[in-house]
Amino acid sequence: MAENVAQIQTDYLGQMRAKRVMNMILLILFVALMMLGFYTADARNAGGFWQGWHNILDFPGDVVSEAVTRAHLLPGYFLKYAPSLLETINIAGAATLLGAILGLIASLLATRGLAPVGWITGPVRRVLDILRAVPEIVIALILIFLLGGGPVPAMIAIALHTVGALGKLFSEVNENASLKPVEGLASVGASWLQRMFLGVVPQVAPNYLSYALLRFEINIRASAILGFVGAGGIGYDLRNTMSWGQGKLDEAAAIFLLLFATIVLVDQLSSHLRDRLTHGARVKGARQ
Amino acid sequence: MLRLTNLTKSFGGNKAVQDANLQVAKPSMIGIIGRSGAGKSTLLRMVNRLTDATSGQIVFEGNDVTALVGAAKRNWQSQCAMIFQQFNLVPRMDVVSNVLHGTLNRRSTLATMFNMYPASDVHKAIDILDRLGIAEHAPKRAEALSGGQQQRVAIARALMQDPKIILADEPIASLDPMNAQVVMQSLRRIHEEDGRMVIANLHTLDTARRYCDRVVGMRDGKIVFDGTPEQLTTSMAREIYGADTSFSEAATSTEIQTLDREYA
Repeated sequence: MAENVAQIQTDYLGQMRAKRVMNMILLILFVALMMLGFYTADARNAGGFWQGWHNILDFPGDVVSEAVTRAHLLPGYFLKYAPSLLETINIAGAATLLGAILGLIASLLATRGLAPVGWITGPVRRVLDILRAVPEIVIALILIFLLGGGPVPAMIAIALHTVGALGKLFSEVNENASLKPVEGLASVGASWLQRMFLGVVPQVAPNYLSYALLRFEINIRASAILGFVGAGGIGYDLRNTMSWGQGKLDEAAAIFLLLFATIVLVDQLSSHLRDRLTHGARVKGARQ
Repeated sequence: MLRLTNLTKSFGGNKAVQDANLQVAKPSMIGIIGRSGAGKSTLLRMVNRLTDATSGQIVFEGNDVTALVGAAKRNWQSQCAMIFQQFNLVPRMDVVSNVLHGTLNRRSTLATMFNMYPASDVHKAIDILDRLGIAEHAPKRAEALSGGQQQRVAIARALMQDPKIILADEPIASLDPMNAQVVMQSLRRIHEEDGRMVIANLHTLDTARRYCDRVVGMRDGKIVFDGTPEQLTTSMAREIYGADTSFSEAATSTEIQTLDREYA
């Protein structure tokens, strides 16, 4: 027995050493590739990183200094740009809602073990891949060309990307859901939709919610960017005020602050709602 | 050695543990019994400082444990090992790594993050696993083991800490009778051979009787019984569990021997 234990000890230490050597090699490889990649990229850069990097802070510096010298005007700007912020949030909100609903259905079809028929997971996953692969700005530009400028093309473009992104994230959440409740519902003769909506969704709803709200934040930013190409909202105002030499950088600062405040608000809302969903509404006097 | 004075823990309006007083003079094997929600787990968790006491004091060898913070608190936790009902191992890591986690308080954070442990520790970990009869599972992932084996890995992690006290929170509640016996015998052996103090929450009376030198009964957060297994009469047990005369010890037992007792 003692000899046996000695053998186990030697074997385990050997394994440990082999793993350590492997990790070391990977670390060296990683550092080498990072450095090599950086030098290649720098060599191909038109301006050069080393010549340009100290100018990086010039633009933010200008924005901040103009905002500080004209700080008294900021509240006025907040009011001025509130309507276009609302439009941006509306685009993001509608797109997230539509995308999350379609993404939820797609995710159930894309999860092995949950899909009603096995062969459907592959095709659904490929469709989700396509939706994620096409940049939303491309879809938006095509739709703006077809439908004319405005919030609707932006909403559709963002919604399509959201289906792809949330479909994948939701299906990963689904994979971690326990199949026991699903089996329990199957044992009472529930249909596929009943099993999914009563057995799976209650388990994963908190995770769905936090991913959907994270996506909402990302979509607010995306819808601001689409404003640059004519989809309206705060992005359009940002493009107009951000151009150098117009003396409107204080207004750009006001728009950045508005966007920041919105993201913070969504984040706070997200953690609050998630807490409610995981632990249930606080019952007075309940233990823990 | 260990003294609890008026130890109280309240959650909102509820008092999970209320004015618990306990004095342990020498390393012994103590079983805490009581029904679910009586405050047994909270009591042990307060001793390990996983949960902070609302009021009262825990004194070990003259040091006030309740007042410790930061590194001193973590040092106390390293001397006071905890074993959980659900084992609380890292499922995706191998058995030896899980046992080596017992040394985390002594080693630098950076080294342990890269799984760097001295060879002497690895030897010791496998020796402990051998002592508990599971050395051959050393390189496997913890999740690949059965419940009884996982609990023995957890005991090995506790022994790796070289603790003065071992707290076991329902160590056998998730195990079948055979594994429960192996785990309880391991705990008893550790107490007898190493002279370590073992405090175990148990939910079956006969386990407490069989393996412990001293039994503490808790009801609704209060300690209502403290004595030897012989002093624990059936009427006392009914009082602890708040049960009427229909309560019989054999009915709650998970021990294989009870079967013989009943049908003999």
